[in-house]
Amino acid sequence: MAKAFSVQRQRGFTAIAIGCFFALYLPIIVLVFYAFNAGESLSSFDGFSLRWFARAFENQQVIDASLRSLQIAAVAATVATIAATMAALATTRTEPYRGLTLKYAFINQPLMIPEIVTAVALLIFFARIKIWTGYSGLGYLIAAHTAFCIPFAYLPIRARLENMDLTLEKAAADLYATPWKAFRYVTLPLLWPGILAGFMLAFVISLDDVVITQFVKSAGQDTLPTYMLGQIRRTITPEMNAISTVFLLLSIGVVTVFFFVNRKRV
Amino acid sequence: MTQPAGPIDAEQSRDIRKRWLLSLPALLIILVAASGPLLIVLLYSFLTPGPYGDVAWRFSLEGWIGVVLEKDIFDDTLSLADAHVSIFLRSAGLSLMTTVLTLLVGFPTAYFIATRPERSRELWLFLITIPFWTNLLIRTFAILEIIRNEGLINTLLIDLGLIGRPMQMLFTDGAILVGMVYVYLPLMVLPLYASMEKLDFRLVEAGYDLYATPFRVLRRIIIPLVKPGIVAGSILVFIPALGAYVTPSILGGGKNLMLGNLIELQFGQGRNWPLGSALSITLMLIVMVALLFYVRNAGSQGARHG
Amino acid sequence: MKCMTATMALTAALLASTGLARAEGELNIYNWGNYTSPEMIKKFEDEYKVKVTITDYDSNDTALAKVRQGGSGFDMVVPSQNYIPIWISEGLFLETNPSQMENFKNVAKEWVDPEFDRGRKYTVPWAMGTVGTVVNTDVYKGDINTWAIIFDTPDELKGKVNVVPEMNDVMDAAVLYNGGTKCTGDLTILKKVRDTLIKAKPDWVAMEYGTVEKMGSGDFSASSDWNGSAFRQRLKNPAIKYGYPKEGFVGWSDNLAVLKDAKNVENAKLFQNFMMDPENAGMNSGFHRYANGIAGSDEFMPADMKGAPEIDIPAEFAGNAVPSMTCPPEVQELYTKIWTELQK
Repeated sequence: MAKAFSVQRQRGFTAIAIGCFFALYLPIIVLVFYAFNAGESLSSFDGFSLRWFARAFENQQVIDASLRSLQIAAVAATVATIAATMAALATTRTEPYRGLTLKYAFINQPLMIPEIVTAVALLIFFARIKIWTGYSGLGYLIAAHTAFCIPFAYLPIRARLENMDLTLEKAAADLYATPWKAFRYVTLPLLWPGILAGFMLAFVISLDDVVITQFVKSAGQDTLPTYMLGQIRRTITPEMNAISTVFLLLSIGVVTVFFFVNRKRV
Repeated sequence: MTQPAGPIDAEQSRDIRKRWLLSLPALLIILVAASGPLLIVLLYSFLTPGPYGDVAWRFSLEGWIGVVLEKDIFDDTLSLADAHVSIFLRSAGLSLMTTVLTLLVGFPTAYFIATRPERSRELWLFLITIPFWTNLLIRTFAILEIIRNEGLINTLLIDLGLIGRPMQMLFTDGAILVGMVYVYLPLMVLPLYASMEKLDFRLVEAGYDLYATPFRVLRRIIIPLVKPGIVAGSILVFIPALGAYVTPSILGGGKNLMLGNLIELQFGQGRNWPLGSALSITLMLIVMVALLFYVRNAGSQGARHG
Repeated sequence: MKCMTATMALTAALLASTGLARAEGELNIYNWGNYTSPEMIKKFEDEYKVKVTITDYDSNDTALAKVRQGGSGFDMVVPSQNYIPIWISEGLFLETNPSQMENFKNVAKEWVDPEFDRGRKYTVPWAMGTVGTVVNTDVYKGDINTWAIIFDTPDELKGKVNVVPEMNDVMDAAVLYNGGTKCTGDLTILKKVRDTLIKAKPDWVAMEYGTVEKMGSGDFSASSDWNGSAFRQRLKNPAIKYGYPKEGFVGWSDNLAVLKDAKNVENAKLFQNFMMDPENAGMNSGFHRYANGIAGSDEFMPADMKGAPEIDIPAEFAGNAVPSMTCPPEVQELYTKIWTELQK
């Protein structure tokens, strides 16, 4: 079948993209494969078994850590995305004003120092607050995660906004839409892909964080990555592969739900 | 911090006040949980190392001197801290290559996603992030499994009779790069997608009407339009990659320190928190200057058409 | 957006519920990852009706830094013996006098009065082991009881040697190999140490932790390693043997202590006593695969651990063991500089 000429076509782009998706999922297939290993190795397959799933589900520490990871990531990514969206609206599509560059540097500041440094600084800082207030809940971890998630959410949203002009919002204002309505019905839908990209980045970044979490966590606040890190000097077993597989299924579940909800909406 | 020329009228100052209010939550969170605590690090960089980690409350410039100068432990001569310089250059080089490669791979991928029918775009976007729901360490071990001597690729190539003995891929610089590109790819693809998604293809069409080649259209029309996305993606990849050490040490064998290791060493077994603090602030200043320079240059071309 | 708000509300509810779950009868243990037998913890929980929470750390320095800053809510910690004098001198431990406890009679006599905690005022043994070499004897037939495997690598092993990147372990090994004593600050020795390391490094393939996997798969043929790890490797491949270097090898131990700011002191003391019971210690060893310093615990260990040459130091090598200890800060600084130069 001869393809019609498309203005969107760029030679080789589709091939690279397909190759990229393939490369992205190849290690994931390997990872899932070893989750079913009967042996305790990540590199030699000794037959099929579900024992690592069973072991993970029996291990209260692992279950708690998994739930905690998801909990922190959901809250931190949500708060970070909302704050980042507001900040992005405030720092784009404007003539330069006093403090704009400074603001920009400030918002991206969590990106700019190695994690270990933020981690040590937060350890010292939060320890004082913990002693002073007596509160040692998950709030500290969530605050820390939110802070370093903000630039990850901010940059895609900002990039999206820079590509949008103000014509439509101005038109809405001309039609006597309140600023909130203009935002809700004009800006937000246009901005949505940026927000979604930012949220997803923030979510996976929080889910993967280990160094800051390691230093900020209080008693009984292991997340999956810190639980995993604790094992690196010992033996890493396919138990972690089994949990990762469950997480993958979960993410696929989320995507499926999202996709169907979206289909109905459109 | 450039001031707009002329008097600022009331509407404009109201607008600016509104903008400060809008950015307040983000600024506050960062102030409390990221920037504020950094003052502690700054303070620590001017103190004396405690005997077993932490600091002793005595002023000292040793930490800062240690960043650039090194006293030879055997003959007491001072010289440039070439270990620090070479470690910094190694990390910066790796970061730069990672950024370029993720851009080369990520750009077509984001473009591919952005040119799918509108309803399936978000699905493709999810497909990019799903692998990252797994743990970084486990993901890296899976890559290791593929490129090992007895791993997937070597076994396949030997079975096909293409090579006689396994190629050493693990513990090479190539392996580090592959792993880094894998880990940082979504940080490039998502911002790129965010700015490409609304690409106005009428402009592209106009290009073709003027008999431009696809490559020329890409270079002269598409790339300038998505520049904000390129800037955002590059920052998100380059800076975190600068401090990365888990992936390089697992896939590269860890025989050489990365900047992240060097700093961690000072807060760990090295027990020299002031040096670690001074090293971090140096790194932060370098990155910040580079970032502002980069954004100003890229921004002055990209942000104006809005 | 609605979905996000819902997530937030849900998590807020979850948060609140976890915050309130502070029942009576708790114990918070801060320990190395994958180091605590879940069955043993279950036994303790059932016996004393106490809810135990384990939180992991990955290095002595992290644990020390965190506890020193305070407020993190841990009751017990399991540092290595070379860090214990630091913990004691900084006043972080509670003096619980384990030597007066009922089960103290079970402690093996060489661990009754260790140098790092004279009279056992603070700690009880958790696990102990050594740092030596592992060699795949199918690849190399020569003597494996020497650090020359690492520092003067035989031709058969060149490009196949790994070094576990624990700065103190590597520096200790290199010092002992050059005829120095542990924690030496003698510059003539340290110069030799530096030269030895820099000369040896090109023969190494990697410096990383994953020895069990990679010795098994053949990516490494030799490595410096901990004995528990060596034991696991031999179970997979009988040709992999653990060497006790004749130049001297470091023996270490991790010990359980109660923190001064512990909230659940009585439970913590119960747990210290519980850990000195041979059955419980044996159960724990079956999980972490190291010896535990409690006499009679062998009986409760898995069969494969009994008489294993990695777990019980054979008599002919026992004399070469050097106890792990805290080096003075100025020596530690020299070690860090050499280590940085090695890896620059």
